[in-house]
Amino acid sequence: MQVSEFVKLAGGRVLTGEYEDREIACGYTCDLLSHVMGKGQADMAWITVQAHMNVIAVAALLDFACVIIPENLPVDETIIAKAAQEDIIMISCEQTAFELVNVLHEGGVPSAKKG
Amino acid sequence: MTMIKETYPVKAGDMTAAGDVSARIKRQMKQLGIPASVVRRVSVGTYEAEINLVIHSEGGRIDFSISPEKITIRVVDQGPGIPDLKKAMTEGWSTATNEVRNMGFGAGMGLPNMKRNADEFTIESTVGVGTDITMSFNI
Ligand SMILES: Nc1ncnc2c1ncn2[C@@H]1O[C@H](COP(=O)(O)OP(=O)(O)OP(=O)(O)O)[C@@H](O)[C@H]1O
Ligand SMILES: [Mg+2]
Repeated sequence: MQVSEFVKLAGGRVLTGEYEDREIACGYTCDLLSHVMGKGQADMAWITVQAHMNVIAVAALLDFACVIIPENLPVDETIIAKAAQEDIIMISCEQTAFELVNVLHEGGVPSAKKG
Repeated sequence: MTMIKETYPVKAGDMTAAGDVSARIKRQMKQLGIPASVVRRVSVGTYEAEINLVIHSEGGRIDFSISPEKITIRVVDQGPGIPDLKKAMTEGWSTATNEVRNMGFGAGMGLPNMKRNADEFTIESTVGVGTDITMSFNI
């Protein structure tokens, strides 16, 4: 699944503006950063309610495909600017994390590998 | 032969800058054409160490060196030291404050992540002196 497909299916808003489309290799949802560091793979879609600088740092470090914020949670302008600067696609969605996982799953995106 | 040797200071408590050193080290590795799988492992180890310096230590430094065979990351801080290393290395054990837990830190997975991703991992700590970690990664 491409990021653009996910955006369309989820009715998401790309906070970071124009982007170069990329393939989502796998997905993961967790709000504990060290768990994400442990599981994170390149091209992963990460769903999290955390929206601060360190989330962008983790996503950039591990080359994630996108960061997805559920439930239209507020994201500070400075965070969006940082994400754009690091070429991280940040998407805001109305659905819950649970519903968003389903969108990815139905689109054939597998879970990030265990361990 | 060592190709690169750099030292970066890390300030205690500075959450906005946390991750900057790891990002710089990652950029250097990519410029040198280090394989992506190695870049990933070094990035995880360095980031976890950097965050620990910011949230648990009184400040310290990260040394980064590359030889043709391996990448070495050494992390040294000025205290407070870790009283029980066995506990600290246990998955899920954490003394993180509520403030940083609210940001998603404090899972007690940082040190185990470092150990798992490095080919060699050593940690020494003395209360009142500081903590000294060395991770090496075969290229
Ligand atoms: N540099 C350090 N100085 C002092 N104490 C440390 C240092 N690094 C780790 N510790 C201690 O070891 C514990 C475990 O560290 P670890 O990185 O595994 O987990 P954490 O930082 O608490 O949570 P996480 O890394 O999952 O966000 C910490 O909670 C802290 O008590
Ligand atoms: Mg930690």
